[in-house]
Amino acid sequence: MNKIEVKNLSLFYGDFQALKDINIAFKEKVITALIGPSGCGKSTLLRCFNRMNDLIEGVRIYGEVNLDGKDIYSKDVDVVELRKRVGMVFQRPNPFPLSVFDNVAYGLKVHGKTKREKIEEIVERSLKATGLWDALKDKLALPATELPLEQQQRLCIARVVAIEPEVILMDEPCSALDPIATAKIEELMFELKKKYTIVIVTHNMQQAARISDYSGFMLLGELVEFNTTNKLFTNPDNQNTQDYITGRFG
Amino acid sequence: MERHFDEELKELKDRLLYMSGLTEAMITDSVKALVERREDIIEEIYKKEEEVNLLQIEIDDRAIKMIALHQPAAVDLRFLITAIKINSELERMGDMAINICQATRELLKQPLLKPLIDIPRMAEIARKMVKDSLDAFVKQDAVLAKSVCERDDEVDDLKDQVFRELLTYMMSDPNAIQRAMDLILISRHLERIADHSTNIGEEVIFLVQGKDIRHHIAEQK
Repeated sequence: MNKIEVKNLSLFYGDFQALKDINIAFKEKVITALIGPSGCGKSTLLRCFNRMNDLIEGVRIYGEVNLDGKDIYSKDVDVVELRKRVGMVFQRPNPFPLSVFDNVAYGLKVHGKTKREKIEEIVERSLKATGLWDALKDKLALPATELPLEQQQRLCIARVVAIEPEVILMDEPCSALDPIATAKIEELMFELKKKYTIVIVTHNMQQAARISDYSGFMLLGELVEFNTTNKLFTNPDNQNTQDYITGRFG
Repeated sequence: MERHFDEELKELKDRLLYMSGLTEAMITDSVKALVERREDIIEEIYKKEEEVNLLQIEIDDRAIKMIALHQPAAVDLRFLITAIKINSELERMGDMAINICQATRELLKQPLLKPLIDIPRMAEIARKMVKDSLDAFVKQDAVLAKSVCERDDEVDDLKDQVFRELLTYMMSDPNAIQRAMDLILISRHLERIADHSTNIGEEVIFLVQGKDIRHHIAEQK
Protein backbone atom coordinates (compact mmCIF):
# COMPACT_ATOMS: atom_id res chain seq x y z
CA MET A 1 0.00 0.00 0.00
CA ASN A 2 1.17 3.50 -0.76
CA LYS A 3 1.78 5.66 2.30
CA ILE A 4 2.76 8.82 0.44
CA GLU A 5 1.72 9.67 -3.09
CA VAL A 6 3.21 12.66 -4.82
CA LYS A 7 1.36 14.01 -7.84
CA ASN A 8 2.69 16.64 -10.25
CA LEU A 9 4.73 18.30 -7.53
CA SER A 10 6.69 21.41 -8.54
CA LEU A 11 8.55 23.69 -6.16
CA PHE A 12 10.09 27.10 -6.74
CA TYR A 13 12.58 29.02 -4.62
CA GLY A 14 11.75 32.47 -6.02
CA ASP A 15 12.36 32.12 -9.77
CA PHE A 16 14.37 28.92 -9.43
CA GLN A 17 12.45 25.72 -10.01
CA ALA A 18 13.91 23.14 -7.64
CA LEU A 19 11.39 20.35 -8.30
CA LYS A 20 9.88 19.68 -11.70
CA ASP A 21 6.59 17.84 -11.93
CA ILE A 22 7.49 14.98 -9.58
CA ASN A 23 5.30 11.89 -9.49
CA ILE A 24 6.29 9.18 -7.05
CA ALA A 25 4.69 6.83 -4.53
CA PHE A 26 6.24 5.54 -1.30
CA LYS A 27 5.08 2.18 -0.07
CA GLU A 28 4.21 1.58 3.56
CA LYS A 29 6.80 0.02 5.88
CA VAL A 30 9.64 -0.13 3.39
CA ILE A 31 12.76 1.98 3.04
CA THR A 32 12.90 4.17 -0.01
CA ALA A 33 16.15 5.97 -0.85
CA LEU A 34 16.48 9.15 -2.87
CA ILE A 35 19.84 9.54 -4.56
CA GLY A 36 21.34 12.06 -6.94
CA PRO A 37 24.09 14.67 -7.20
CA SER A 38 24.16 17.75 -4.96
CA GLY A 39 21.46 20.24 -5.82
CA CYS A 40 19.26 17.71 -7.62
CA GLY A 41 16.35 18.43 -5.29
CA LYS A 42 16.31 15.26 -3.22
CA SER A 43 16.42 17.03 0.17
CA THR A 44 13.89 19.58 -1.07
CA LEU A 45 11.57 16.74 -2.03
CA LEU A 46 12.05 15.07 1.34
CA ARG A 47 11.23 18.29 3.15
CA CYS A 48 7.96 18.56 1.22
CA PHE A 49 6.67 15.51 3.07
CA ASN A 50 6.39 17.25 6.42
CA ARG A 51 6.12 20.77 5.05
CA MET A 52 9.53 21.87 6.27
CA ASN A 53 9.82 24.00 3.14
CA ASP A 54 6.97 26.18 4.41
CA LEU A 55 9.53 27.78 6.71
CA ILE A 56 11.61 29.09 3.80
CA GLU A 57 10.74 32.49 2.43
CA GLY A 58 9.68 32.76 -1.22
CA VAL A 59 8.82 29.09 -1.65
CA ARG A 60 5.93 28.20 -3.95
CA ILE A 61 4.64 24.66 -4.15
CA TYR A 62 2.25 23.22 -6.74
CA GLY A 63 0.76 19.76 -6.96
CA GLU A 64 -0.21 17.26 -4.30
CA VAL A 65 1.47 15.28 -1.55
CA ASN A 66 -1.01 12.74 -0.26
CA LEU A 67 -0.46 11.05 3.07
CA ASP A 68 -2.86 8.10 3.31
CA GLY A 69 -4.78 9.65 0.43
CA LYS A 70 -5.15 13.11 1.99
CA ASP A 71 -3.30 16.11 0.56
CA ILE A 72 -1.05 17.53 3.28
CA TYR A 73 -1.02 20.91 1.54
CA SER A 74 -4.79 21.39 1.80
CA LYS A 75 -5.87 24.30 3.99
CA ASP A 76 -7.39 22.32 6.84
CA VAL A 77 -4.17 20.42 7.64
CA ASP A 78 -2.66 21.11 11.08
CA VAL A 79 1.11 21.28 10.40
CA VAL A 80 2.05 20.40 14.00
CA GLU A 81 -0.12 17.30 13.78
CA LEU A 82 1.40 16.49 10.37
CA ARG A 83 4.93 16.66 11.76
CA LYS A 84 3.90 14.31 14.53
CA ARG A 85 2.88 11.79 11.89
CA VAL A 86 5.90 12.50 9.69
CA GLY A 87 9.07 12.79 11.78
CA MET A 88 12.48 13.84 10.57
CA VAL A 89 16.12 13.03 11.32
CA PHE A 90 18.79 15.41 10.08
CA GLN A 91 22.31 15.24 8.76
CA ARG A 92 24.05 16.29 11.95
CA PRO A 93 22.70 14.99 15.22
CA ASN A 94 20.86 17.92 16.76
CA PRO A 95 19.87 17.00 20.30
CA PHE A 96 18.41 19.78 22.42
CA PRO A 97 20.74 21.15 25.11
CA LEU A 98 18.83 19.09 27.66
CA SER A 99 19.27 15.77 29.38
CA VAL A 100 18.94 12.46 27.55
CA PHE A 101 15.57 11.93 29.19
CA ASP A 102 14.22 15.38 28.38
CA ASN A 103 15.28 15.10 24.74
CA VAL A 104 13.11 12.07 24.23
CA ALA A 105 10.30 13.43 26.41
CA TYR A 106 10.28 16.83 24.70
CA GLY A 107 8.00 15.92 21.81
CA LEU A 108 5.61 14.14 24.13
CA LYS A 109 5.13 17.28 26.18
CA VAL A 110 4.65 19.37 23.04
CA HIS A 111 1.95 16.97 21.97
CA GLY A 112 0.22 17.20 25.33
CA LYS A 113 1.36 14.08 27.14
CA THR A 114 2.17 15.15 30.69
CA LYS A 115 1.68 12.15 32.94
CA ARG A 116 5.10 11.35 34.39
CA GLU A 117 4.65 7.60 34.46
CA LYS A 118 3.44 7.48 30.88
CA ILE A 119 6.35 9.64 29.75
CA GLU A 120 8.86 7.43 31.57
CA GLU A 121 7.40 4.38 29.91
CA ILE A 122 7.59 5.90 26.42
CA VAL A 123 11.15 7.19 26.97
CA GLU A 124 12.25 3.72 27.97
CA ARG A 125 10.47 2.12 25.02
CA SER A 126 11.96 4.64 22.56
CA LEU A 127 15.47 4.21 23.91
CA LYS A 128 15.07 0.45 23.68
CA ALA A 129 13.77 0.72 20.11
CA THR A 130 16.88 2.63 19.12
CA GLY A 131 19.28 0.38 21.00
CA LEU A 132 20.27 3.02 23.56
CA TRP A 133 18.57 1.78 26.70
CA ASP A 134 21.30 -0.54 27.97
CA ALA A 135 23.98 2.09 27.47
CA LEU A 136 22.05 5.06 28.83
CA LYS A 137 19.54 3.79 31.39
CA ASP A 138 21.81 4.97 34.20
CA LYS A 139 22.73 8.20 32.46
CA LEU A 140 19.33 9.64 31.69
CA ALA A 141 20.22 12.92 33.37
CA LEU A 142 23.40 13.35 31.33
CA PRO A 143 23.38 16.29 28.90
CA ALA A 144 22.64 14.78 25.49
CA THR A 145 25.31 16.89 23.84
CA GLU A 146 27.97 14.96 25.80
CA LEU A 147 27.11 11.66 24.11
CA PRO A 148 29.22 10.31 21.23
CA LEU A 149 27.89 11.39 17.83
CA GLU A 150 26.43 8.02 16.98
CA GLN A 151 24.48 7.92 20.24
CA GLN A 152 23.36 11.50 19.65
CA GLN A 153 21.97 10.49 16.26
CA ARG A 154 20.26 7.47 17.79
CA LEU A 155 18.82 9.77 20.43
CA CYS A 156 17.43 12.03 17.70
CA ILE A 157 15.81 8.97 16.16
CA ALA A 158 14.49 7.97 19.60
CA ARG A 159 13.01 11.47 19.91
CA VAL A 160 11.15 10.92 16.65
CA VAL A 161 10.09 7.39 17.57
CA ALA A 162 8.75 8.60 20.95
CA ILE A 163 5.89 10.48 19.35
CA GLU A 164 4.97 7.40 17.33
CA PRO A 165 5.07 8.79 13.84
CA GLU A 166 3.97 6.87 10.76
CA VAL A 167 6.73 8.08 8.48
CA ILE A 168 10.37 8.84 9.31
CA LEU A 169 12.26 11.11 6.93
CA MET A 170 16.04 10.89 7.11
CA ASP A 171 18.20 13.50 5.46
CA GLU A 172 21.72 12.05 5.21
CA PRO A 173 21.47 10.59 8.71
CA CYS A 174 24.93 9.01 8.63
CA SER A 175 27.02 11.62 6.87
CA ALA A 176 28.52 12.84 10.15
CA LEU A 177 29.18 9.32 11.43
CA ASP A 178 32.08 6.92 11.06
CA PRO A 179 31.58 3.56 9.30
CA ILE A 180 30.90 1.60 12.50
CA ALA A 181 28.36 4.12 13.74
CA THR A 182 26.86 4.15 10.25
CA ALA A 183 26.49 0.38 10.28
CA LYS A 184 24.69 0.59 13.63
CA ILE A 185 22.26 3.22 12.38
CA GLU A 186 21.62 1.13 9.27
CA GLU A 187 20.83 -1.91 11.43
CA LEU A 188 18.48 0.29 13.41
CA MET A 189 16.75 1.32 10.19
CA PHE A 190 16.09 -2.32 9.34
CA GLU A 191 14.43 -2.69 12.72
CA LEU A 192 12.44 0.51 12.33
CA LYS A 193 11.01 -0.37 8.95
CA LYS A 194 8.94 -3.10 10.56
CA LYS A 195 6.82 -0.34 12.06
CA TYR A 196 7.50 2.79 10.04
CA THR A 197 7.67 3.99 6.47
CA ILE A 198 11.17 5.37 5.94
CA VAL A 199 12.37 7.75 3.26
CA ILE A 200 16.09 8.44 3.27
CA VAL A 201 18.16 10.92 1.30
CA THR A 202 21.75 9.80 0.96
CA HIS A 203 24.88 10.68 -0.95
CA ASN A 204 26.31 7.31 -0.15
CA MET A 205 25.18 5.03 -2.95
CA GLN A 206 26.39 1.87 -1.24
CA GLN A 207 24.23 2.84 1.70
CA ALA A 208 21.20 3.26 -0.56
CA ALA A 209 21.96 -0.11 -2.15
CA ARG A 210 22.41 -1.80 1.23
CA ILE A 211 19.40 -0.59 3.10
CA SER A 212 16.61 0.45 0.75
CA ASP A 213 13.89 -1.54 -0.95
CA TYR A 214 13.13 1.13 -3.54
CA SER A 215 15.32 3.87 -4.93
CA GLY A 216 14.67 7.05 -6.84
CA PHE A 217 17.37 8.81 -8.84
CA MET A 218 16.98 12.56 -9.19
CA LEU A 219 18.74 15.00 -11.47
CA LEU A 220 18.24 18.74 -11.89
CA GLY A 221 14.93 18.73 -10.07
CA GLU A 222 13.49 15.78 -11.96
CA LEU A 223 12.85 12.23 -10.87
CA VAL A 224 14.77 10.38 -13.58
CA GLU A 225 14.13 6.82 -12.45
CA PHE A 226 12.22 5.09 -9.71
CA ASN A 227 12.72 1.37 -9.37
CA THR A 228 13.31 -1.44 -6.94
CA THR A 229 16.79 -0.96 -5.47
CA ASN A 230 17.80 -4.33 -6.82
CA LYS A 231 16.95 -3.31 -10.39
CA LEU A 232 18.31 0.21 -10.11
CA PHE A 233 21.72 -0.94 -8.93
CA THR A 234 22.12 -3.95 -11.22
CA ASN A 235 20.41 -2.95 -14.45
CA PRO A 236 18.89 0.53 -14.40
CA ASP A 237 16.48 1.53 -17.15
CA ASN A 238 17.87 5.02 -17.65
CA GLN A 239 21.33 5.82 -19.02
CA ASN A 240 21.70 8.84 -16.69
CA THR A 241 21.06 6.59 -13.70
CA GLN A 242 23.65 4.14 -14.98
CA ASP A 243 26.20 6.92 -15.45
CA TYR A 244 25.58 8.26 -11.98
CA ILE A 245 25.73 5.01 -10.04
CA THR A 246 28.82 3.84 -11.91
CA GLY A 247 30.56 7.16 -11.25
CA ARG A 248 30.76 8.19 -14.91
CA PHE A 249 28.74 11.30 -14.30
CA GLY A 250 29.93 14.76 -15.29
CA MET B 1 34.25 11.55 -17.45
CA GLU B 2 37.16 9.11 -17.91
CA ARG B 3 37.65 7.08 -14.76
CA HIS B 4 40.76 5.41 -13.43
CA PHE B 5 38.52 2.37 -13.11
CA ASP B 6 38.07 2.31 -16.93
CA GLU B 7 41.80 1.83 -17.33
CA GLU B 8 41.66 -1.21 -15.05
CA LEU B 9 38.64 -2.56 -16.93
CA LYS B 10 40.55 -2.24 -20.19
CA GLU B 11 43.55 -4.11 -18.79
CA LEU B 12 41.27 -6.90 -17.61
CA LYS B 13 39.67 -7.12 -21.05
CA ASP B 14 43.10 -7.28 -22.69
CA ARG B 15 44.21 -10.11 -20.41
CA LEU B 16 41.04 -12.10 -21.17
CA LEU B 17 41.53 -11.55 -24.90
CA TYR B 18 45.11 -12.76 -24.61
CA MET B 19 43.92 -15.83 -22.68
CA SER B 20 41.29 -16.61 -25.31
CA GLY B 21 43.94 -16.26 -28.05
CA LEU B 22 45.99 -18.93 -26.26
CA THR B 23 42.95 -21.17 -25.87
CA GLU B 24 42.03 -20.84 -29.55
CA ALA B 25 45.58 -21.76 -30.54
CA MET B 26 45.47 -24.77 -28.20
CA ILE B 27 42.26 -26.03 -29.82
CA THR B 28 43.57 -25.55 -33.37
CA ASP B 29 46.97 -27.07 -32.63
CA SER B 30 45.63 -30.07 -30.74
CA VAL B 31 43.55 -31.08 -33.76
CA LYS B 32 46.42 -30.19 -36.10
CA ALA B 33 48.64 -32.62 -34.17
CA LEU B 34 46.01 -35.28 -34.75
CA VAL B 35 45.27 -34.62 -38.41
CA GLU B 36 48.86 -33.97 -39.52
CA ARG B 37 50.26 -36.60 -37.12
CA ARG B 38 52.61 -34.06 -35.55
CA GLU B 39 53.54 -35.22 -32.05
CA ASP B 40 56.28 -32.57 -32.04
CA ILE B 41 53.78 -29.70 -31.53
CA ILE B 42 52.03 -31.23 -28.51
CA GLU B 43 54.66 -30.08 -26.01
CA GLU B 44 53.98 -26.49 -27.06
CA ILE B 45 50.26 -26.93 -26.27
CA TYR B 46 51.11 -28.10 -22.75
CA LYS B 47 53.19 -24.95 -22.25
CA LYS B 48 50.26 -22.82 -23.33
CA GLU B 49 48.05 -24.64 -20.84
CA GLU B 50 50.39 -23.70 -18.00
CA GLU B 51 50.14 -20.08 -19.12
CA VAL B 52 46.33 -20.30 -19.28
CA ASN B 53 46.26 -21.69 -15.73
CA LEU B 54 48.34 -18.79 -14.44
CA LEU B 55 46.12 -16.33 -16.30
CA GLN B 56 43.04 -17.82 -14.70
CA ILE B 57 44.42 -17.02 -11.26
CA GLU B 58 45.64 -13.58 -12.29
CA ILE B 59 42.32 -12.56 -13.88
CA ASP B 60 40.23 -13.72 -10.92
CA ASP B 61 42.56 -11.86 -8.62
CA ARG B 62 42.27 -8.65 -10.62
CA ALA B 63 38.47 -8.86 -10.83
CA ILE B 64 38.05 -9.60 -7.11
CA LYS B 65 40.29 -6.66 -6.20
CA MET B 66 38.29 -4.37 -8.47
CA ILE B 67 35.04 -5.46 -6.85
CA ALA B 68 36.44 -4.99 -3.37
CA LEU B 69 38.07 -1.63 -3.99
CA HIS B 70 35.60 0.07 -6.33
CA GLN B 71 32.28 -1.49 -5.30
CA PRO B 72 31.02 -1.34 -8.88
CA ALA B 73 27.32 -1.20 -9.74
CA ALA B 74 25.10 -1.82 -12.76
CA VAL B 75 26.98 -2.49 -16.02
CA ASP B 76 30.40 -2.36 -14.31
CA LEU B 77 29.33 -5.03 -11.85
CA ARG B 78 27.85 -7.20 -14.59
CA PHE B 79 31.06 -6.79 -16.57
CA LEU B 80 33.27 -8.03 -13.74
CA ILE B 81 31.02 -10.95 -12.86
CA THR B 82 30.94 -11.92 -16.54
CA ALA B 83 34.74 -11.63 -16.77
CA ILE B 84 35.13 -14.02 -13.82
CA LYS B 85 32.79 -16.54 -15.44
CA ILE B 86 34.42 -16.27 -18.88
CA ASN B 87 37.75 -16.82 -17.16
CA SER B 88 36.55 -20.21 -15.87
CA GLU B 89 35.08 -21.18 -19.24
CA LEU B 90 38.36 -20.44 -21.02
CA GLU B 91 40.37 -22.42 -18.51
CA ARG B 92 38.06 -25.41 -18.95
CA MET B 93 38.48 -25.15 -22.72
CA GLY B 94 42.23 -25.28 -22.24
CA ASP B 95 41.77 -28.49 -20.24
CA MET B 96 39.69 -29.94 -23.09
CA ALA B 97 42.48 -29.17 -25.56
CA ILE B 98 44.86 -31.06 -23.28
CA ASN B 99 42.45 -34.01 -23.23
CA ILE B 100 42.49 -33.96 -27.03
CA CYS B 101 46.30 -34.07 -26.92
CA GLN B 102 46.24 -37.08 -24.60
CA ALA B 103 43.93 -39.00 -26.94
CA THR B 104 46.01 -37.88 -29.93
CA ARG B 105 49.20 -39.28 -28.37
CA GLU B 106 47.50 -42.67 -28.13
CA LEU B 107 46.21 -42.43 -31.69
CA LEU B 108 49.63 -41.53 -33.10
CA LYS B 109 51.02 -44.85 -31.88
CA GLN B 110 48.88 -46.65 -34.46
CA PRO B 111 48.07 -46.18 -38.15
CA LEU B 112 45.30 -43.78 -39.12
CA LEU B 113 41.88 -45.44 -38.83
CA LYS B 114 40.22 -43.28 -41.47
CA PRO B 115 40.67 -39.90 -43.15
CA LEU B 116 39.55 -37.20 -40.71
CA ILE B 117 36.96 -34.80 -42.12
CA ASP B 118 34.32 -34.01 -39.51
CA ILE B 119 36.67 -33.58 -36.55
CA PRO B 120 38.67 -30.77 -38.21
CA ARG B 121 35.36 -29.15 -39.17
CA MET B 122 34.18 -29.35 -35.57
CA ALA B 123 37.47 -27.90 -34.39
CA GLU B 124 37.22 -24.97 -36.76
CA ILE B 125 33.61 -24.17 -35.78
CA ALA B 126 34.46 -24.49 -32.08
CA ARG B 127 37.55 -22.26 -32.42
CA LYS B 128 35.50 -19.62 -34.28
CA MET B 129 32.84 -19.81 -31.54
CA VAL B 130 35.49 -19.10 -28.90
CA LYS B 131 36.81 -16.16 -30.90
CA ASP B 132 33.37 -14.71 -31.63
CA SER B 133 32.16 -15.12 -28.05
CA LEU B 134 35.17 -13.15 -26.82
CA ASP B 135 34.73 -10.52 -29.56
CA ALA B 136 31.08 -10.22 -28.51
CA PHE B 137 32.24 -9.73 -24.91
CA VAL B 138 34.76 -7.05 -25.76
CA LYS B 139 32.42 -5.18 -28.11
CA GLN B 140 29.39 -5.90 -25.88
CA ASP B 141 27.63 -7.21 -28.99
CA ALA B 142 24.54 -9.24 -28.02
CA VAL B 143 23.73 -10.16 -31.65
CA LEU B 144 27.11 -11.79 -32.18
CA ALA B 145 26.78 -13.50 -28.77
CA LYS B 146 23.44 -14.97 -29.82
CA SER B 147 24.89 -16.24 -33.10
CA VAL B 148 27.54 -18.12 -31.08
CA CYS B 149 24.83 -19.84 -29.05
CA GLU B 150 23.01 -20.82 -32.24
CA ARG B 151 26.09 -22.49 -33.73
CA ASP B 152 26.21 -24.96 -30.85
CA ASP B 153 23.65 -27.20 -32.59
CA GLU B 154 25.92 -27.54 -35.62
CA VAL B 155 28.71 -28.91 -33.44
CA ASP B 156 26.31 -31.23 -31.62
CA ASP B 157 25.13 -32.64 -34.96
CA LEU B 158 28.70 -33.22 -36.14
CA LYS B 159 29.52 -35.04 -32.92
CA ASP B 160 26.52 -37.36 -33.47
CA GLN B 161 27.65 -37.94 -37.05
CA VAL B 162 31.19 -38.81 -35.93
CA PHE B 163 29.81 -41.22 -33.36
CA ARG B 164 27.52 -43.01 -35.85
CA GLU B 165 30.27 -43.36 -38.42
CA LEU B 166 32.84 -44.69 -35.94
CA LEU B 167 30.30 -47.13 -34.58
CA THR B 168 30.25 -48.87 -37.96
CA TYR B 169 34.06 -49.17 -37.86
CA MET B 170 33.95 -50.69 -34.39
CA MET B 171 31.24 -53.17 -35.36
CA SER B 172 33.14 -54.37 -38.39
CA ASP B 173 36.62 -54.60 -36.79
CA PRO B 174 37.40 -55.08 -33.07
CA ASN B 175 40.96 -53.84 -33.73
CA ALA B 176 39.46 -50.45 -34.55
CA ILE B 177 37.73 -50.04 -31.17
CA GLN B 178 40.62 -48.40 -29.31
CA ARG B 179 41.24 -45.83 -32.05
CA ALA B 180 37.52 -45.22 -32.66
CA MET B 181 36.96 -44.63 -28.95
CA ASP B 182 39.78 -42.08 -28.86
CA LEU B 183 38.30 -40.27 -31.85
CA ILE B 184 34.84 -40.29 -30.26
CA LEU B 185 36.37 -38.81 -27.11
CA ILE B 186 38.06 -36.10 -29.14
CA SER B 187 34.77 -35.17 -30.82
CA ARG B 188 33.19 -35.11 -27.39
CA HIS B 189 35.86 -32.71 -26.13
CA LEU B 190 35.29 -30.43 -29.12
CA GLU B 191 31.57 -30.51 -28.48
CA ARG B 192 32.22 -29.50 -24.85
CA ILE B 193 34.43 -26.62 -26.04
CA ALA B 194 31.50 -25.40 -28.13
CA ASP B 195 29.28 -25.67 -25.02
CA HIS B 196 31.69 -23.49 -23.05
CA SER B 197 31.63 -20.90 -25.85
CA THR B 198 27.84 -21.00 -25.75
CA ASN B 199 28.01 -20.29 -22.01
CA ILE B 200 30.17 -17.27 -22.76
CA GLY B 201 27.63 -16.13 -25.37
CA GLU B 202 24.88 -16.36 -22.76
CA GLU B 203 26.97 -14.45 -20.24
CA VAL B 204 27.56 -11.70 -22.80
CA ILE B 205 23.82 -11.36 -23.39
CA PHE B 206 23.43 -10.98 -19.63
CA LEU B 207 26.17 -8.37 -19.61
CA VAL B 208 24.66 -6.31 -22.42
CA GLN B 209 20.95 -6.67 -21.75
CA GLY B 210 20.85 -7.64 -18.08
CA LYS B 211 18.75 -10.67 -19.16
CA ASP B 212 19.56 -14.18 -18.02
CA ILE B 213 18.77 -16.55 -20.93
CA ARG B 214 20.43 -19.64 -19.44
CA HIS B 215 18.50 -22.90 -19.56
CA HIS B 216 15.63 -21.05 -21.29
CA ILE B 217 14.14 -20.43 -17.83
CA ALA B 218 12.95 -16.92 -18.71
CA GLU B 219 11.13 -18.25 -21.81
CA GLN B 220 9.31 -20.85 -19.72
CA LYS B 221 8.04 -18.27 -17.24
